[in-house]
Amino acid sequence: MSADIAKLESIAKQVRRDIVRMVHSCQSGHPGGSLGCTDFFVALYFNELHHNPKFNPDGIGEDLFFLSNGHISPVFYSTLARAGYFDVSELATFRKINSRLQGHPTTHEHLPGIRVASGSLGQGLSVAIGAAQAKKLNGDDKLVYVLMGDGEIQEGQVWEAAMYAPHNKIDNLIATIDVNGQQIDGSTEQVLSLGNIKAKWEAFGWEVLETNGNQMAALIDTLQDAKNRTGKGKPIMILMKTEMGNGVDFMMGSHKWHGVAPNDEQLAVALDQLEETLGDY
Amino acid sequence: MKKYTFTEKKDTRSGFGAGLHEVGKKNSNVVALCADLIGSLKMGDFKKDFPQRFFQVGIAEANMMGMAAGLTIGGKIPYTGTFANFSTGRVYDQIRQSIAYSGKNVKICASHAGLTLGEDGATHQILEDIGLMKMLPGMTVINPCDYNQTKAATMAIADYNGPVYLRFGRPSVPIFTDPDQPFEIGKAWMVNEGTDVSIIATGHLVWEAIQAGEKLAELGIDAEIINIHTIKPLDEEAILKSIRKTGCVVTAEEHNRIGGLGDSVAQVLAKNQPVPQEYVAVNDSFGESGTPAQLMEKYGLNADSIVAAVNRVIKRK
Repeated sequence: MSADIAKLESIAKQVRRDIVRMVHSCQSGHPGGSLGCTDFFVALYFNELHHNPKFNPDGIGEDLFFLSNGHISPVFYSTLARAGYFDVSELATFRKINSRLQGHPTTHEHLPGIRVASGSLGQGLSVAIGAAQAKKLNGDDKLVYVLMGDGEIQEGQVWEAAMYAPHNKIDNLIATIDVNGQQIDGSTEQVLSLGNIKAKWEAFGWEVLETNGNQMAALIDTLQDAKNRTGKGKPIMILMKTEMGNGVDFMMGSHKWHGVAPNDEQLAVALDQLEETLGDY
Repeated sequence: MKKYTFTEKKDTRSGFGAGLHEVGKKNSNVVALCADLIGSLKMGDFKKDFPQRFFQVGIAEANMMGMAAGLTIGGKIPYTGTFANFSTGRVYDQIRQSIAYSGKNVKICASHAGLTLGEDGATHQILEDIGLMKMLPGMTVINPCDYNQTKAATMAIADYNGPVYLRFGRPSVPIFTDPDQPFEIGKAWMVNEGTDVSIIATGHLVWEAIQAGEKLAELGIDAEIINIHTIKPLDEEAILKSIRKTGCVVTAEEHNRIGGLGDSVAQVLAKNQPVPQEYVAVNDSFGESGTPAQLMEKYGLNADSIVAAVNRVIKRK
């Protein structure tokens, strides 16, 4: 499939607007990681995945995506809405009482597009491996994708899963780590150094790719490359370098916007930098 | 007192192994995961006959719980197998988020529960697992009493869509229930009808309650004995019907006094009809090494302890 890069970039602009507006509206949530991963979500849902917005939780015959670092729910919700899983007007309910758009994603409120709850970190890779095993048992040749944060891989469960997948040749799985180098208390380097992430995953037996997660063309190429490498006996890991807060100049490159909402003035400045391409919700 | 006899003793974990193998034959969606304890959990027959549906995860229980949640997406019915300690406390957050809150159809099967795993000692003798699991919204908690009931429960939970905690143990105990019994989740089993006291027991303590009932009959006390194999959802109707007749209750379980069956029964009584209650349970302590019989005696979990509790509670009526 040849991707229309300009079109995907245009969608990403609207998703970034949605993120900033959602977080501003409820004065809580996580804009930094959401903005950093926007290009990845758009590339995935508008170019890469074989998926059906008429949501079926079992997803037989579809590619599945799991968000392990559930705190970047704004980008997940906006992408799902813009892809047709539910009406974009519902984005206005994010983090508010009686909403299906909980602070962290959940199946509990039956929001289309969500297949497992996430938020407590380190669990998504295991869930994705289980779903990938189910696909193999069902003779379903579609793929399973999962996204984790780089700080998240400080959780021990991630390494249990990292050891399991190559040993059991889970080769219908494409995992991604958002390498933005930031976590709540500072940079990953300061808080708990991740060391050579690539060497670690390679040592565990993964096929490791690297890409720039804020360049749409590079992302598309890498996702295609990853897909081409599936079915060959190894799980695939994409290390995706991103900039936290990407797209809003005053949020970029700092952990300070991990979990802070912009005020009215900051919202206005941010929206000036993000073109309304698909119409605000 | 209705007479209960047995010709054979077996461990309830073997009932699980037999049930898993049987349900595996009947339902091709049943899959099993084990964290390096195939022999202890008696999962060998399932593994041998259904190798494609069996997942050895190694000593990595957190990953096992997450994988089990993932396997349900696509219609599989995963049974996880490890010791009760590693099935609950070690992986509480994984169960809470990926299974319970996510509403996943995972069967968490836990062996070596309670004191009766014996010599391994307190690191492995979890006495808090029923409490941990019953506090999770939507979790069903089952603790069957013998080999046959464990086998029946193992098979029955495949037909129920939702997360289940199934608790069983290591020691050989008398087989006194019907091999072809129907197993109905949430339905109490009347072991013996009586009028003077209600003994409400679960798991290994049901046989001890029967032994106690015989001793009490010799003392002229007519005990009603109820087997609560499902602690959640609790058969409140059966409990209330019984205590309205007897006016007092003794609960018996191989678990901490705090958070187990006794507390669930106390809540029913407090809400509906308060009557005197005595607990036969571990008195808020850890266990220790010893033979199962020594431990059950030292921690007050045998028939004699039940008889003593009945004598106490009847005086409080």
